[in-house]
Amino acid sequence: MEGVDTATALWWAVVASGIYHGVNPGMGWPLAVSAALMDRNEGSLFKALLALAGGHLLAMAAILFPFTALLFLAEWQREIQIGAACLVIALGLYLLVNRRHPRFLARVPPSRLALWSFLAAMAHGAGLMLVPIYLGICRTIETDAGHAAASELMTGNASVAVAVAVSHTLAMTVSGGAIAYGVYRWLGLRFLSKGWFNLDIVWALSLVLVGTISLVFAH
Amino acid sequence: MKTLAWEEPTMNLRPDPTFHATPKLAMEAPAETLAFTLMLSPDGSQPDGLAVVDVDPSSKTYGQIVHQLIMPNKGDEFHHFGWNACSSALSPLTGHAFLERRYLIIPGIRSSRIYVIDVREPREAKIHKIIEPEEVFARTGYSRPHTIHCGPEGIYVSTLGGGGADGTDGPPGIFIMDCETFEILGRYEMDRGEQDKHYDFWWNLPRDYMVSSEWGLPPQFENGIVAEDLLSNKYGHKIHFWNLRERRNVQTIDLGANHQMALEIRPAHDPAKDYGFCGVVVDATNLQGAIFTWWQKDDGSFEAKKTITIDPRPEKAENLPPLLQGFEAVPPLVTDIDLSLDDKYLYVACWGLGEMHQYDVSDPMNPKLAGKVEIGGIARGTKHPNGKDFAYGPQMVEISRDGKRVYWTNSLYSTWDDQFYPGDEGGQMVMANVGEGGGLELDTDFYIEFPKGYRSHQIRLEGGDCSTDSFCYPSV
Repeated sequence: MEGVDTATALWWAVVASGIYHGVNPGMGWPLAVSAALMDRNEGSLFKALLALAGGHLLAMAAILFPFTALLFLAEWQREIQIGAACLVIALGLYLLVNRRHPRFLARVPPSRLALWSFLAAMAHGAGLMLVPIYLGICRTIETDAGHAAASELMTGNASVAVAVAVSHTLAMTVSGGAIAYGVYRWLGLRFLSKGWFNLDIVWALSLVLVGTISLVFAH
Repeated sequence: MKTLAWEEPTMNLRPDPTFHATPKLAMEAPAETLAFTLMLSPDGSQPDGLAVVDVDPSSKTYGQIVHQLIMPNKGDEFHHFGWNACSSALSPLTGHAFLERRYLIIPGIRSSRIYVIDVREPREAKIHKIIEPEEVFARTGYSRPHTIHCGPEGIYVSTLGGGGADGTDGPPGIFIMDCETFEILGRYEMDRGEQDKHYDFWWNLPRDYMVSSEWGLPPQFENGIVAEDLLSNKYGHKIHFWNLRERRNVQTIDLGANHQMALEIRPAHDPAKDYGFCGVVVDATNLQGAIFTWWQKDDGSFEAKKTITIDPRPEKAENLPPLLQGFEAVPPLVTDIDLSLDDKYLYVACWGLGEMHQYDVSDPMNPKLAGKVEIGGIARGTKHPNGKDFAYGPQMVEISRDGKRVYWTNSLYSTWDDQFYPGDEGGQMVMANVGEGGGLELDTDFYIEFPKGYRSHQIRLEGGDCSTDSFCYPSV
């Protein structure tokens, strides 16, 4: 029973982190509003959201799949989880100290939203935040599965990675999309300057938090 | 005093309240209460400065200079200046949403020195950092910094000169400064095409293009206007279109060699509109002043067309400065233009005639004269309605965000003032009120005389104005 509860909690964490990324203007929903207003076409809002989602999904996958590959070394699973947790904490601490925004993001043309979304997610460690959660989910499954064959484990872990990336991105797109549509249709762009909070410190601290929780559970 | 103690600019928890997503929201924001105006010592006998002017009609010190920040060096020649951050920070693409609009970046076009002034407490404005000319030369190979805009990669600074003592060793261009540390990062251009002179630049951020213009090279302006160069069409007459983020010149439009000195670039503020204006000082064939409308076509390329011409005024030779006696006319000299935030009115300073024109540019291809004010002027010297003198003519113009007040000063450039208005002296700043359906009328109560020995140049309004802020979202 405990395994199921933990798994449920971890899946909720995947969704919650998606919503968290989605509502943050820094992850791009205002660009969808801008696209619709520039083109005077509501459809452009959804096209832009799709591009942002595509880039974000790719960034999640790019981070999660190397860990899937690592999990092949089943006997090192605990070490991998500790290593990943330390990496996430280190990135969080780095972002706490270095509060500069990466300038290369400003070089991406506004027409290439998917690329921008991918790079923004990579630069802020959005995918890395999911790694400890992902590894946690993999462990709960294996606890249930007992002594499954290595190849089955591998396939299982890969499909979990896909599921994590997709559900996270879906949550992100739905929440960001809801705000973008609300601003476009009803709220107006005044909401942008009123509703945008500086989450730099909160973001860095959430990386540290996710890493720390993962460390605690790995033991 | 090379660089003052470096302190990290603080980040806001919310976007600066003076950042606005759209031009329309900026127009609805509270009216300006303070203006910042540059003070320049034309002969370099005193250091230049920044005047803080009270423009709040409910204040006891309305229409007065309430603070002066005098620089520690002489001979800078202040001209244009700008903010460290503006409404362009509201694009998630830049990652600068939490910068403060707090510092004015003031370049000296004669010295190439750059001052970063902290105006968080405007009445106690102080120097935050000084970038010495040697650093500008070493990091960019450019000299004589001029226009400031805040954009995607930080603070963009246009220059009028290249390297070497007279600024002709290589073309001038744009360089980028870090918007937090004010460190010079390096040149902007990857491919400048045929651009070999520089003046102003501005852009449309979502459409990702930039437009730049040309005045002339330093030997053509530092010691005064060179009449032979003007008559042989050697001043700038081209505008350049750039892919903003690829930093590439994608198209150059020659306005015609006789259209001498293509200066101010004013794109429509609403980024959904894909046109803008450029002011041309003088047509060398007939002394007319002109405004060109430029626009982007569906295939992405650009076009430009002359949409306003302003005729010279005949005048007896004996009333004219030596430079103009042979022409027996006063050229309008379109030296500055500015567009209201609703993209409705274009203000055109005719520094020679002594007139400020207001054009209704609702149809950008067919501007209509909507209002006019006469003040100063060559061989005319129209007085202010309060009876006082106005030296030279209307020059640097700035419009309030709500479009209801238009401020201007009178000096063009130290050596040029003396050629076109020999014997004239003085720095003034005045204001005109805009009528409901257009029209322009000088405010009798607003007249600022600058301290003795100082002339006045560009004006910046607290919280942004019509030539500082770039918007990332359309007004609809």
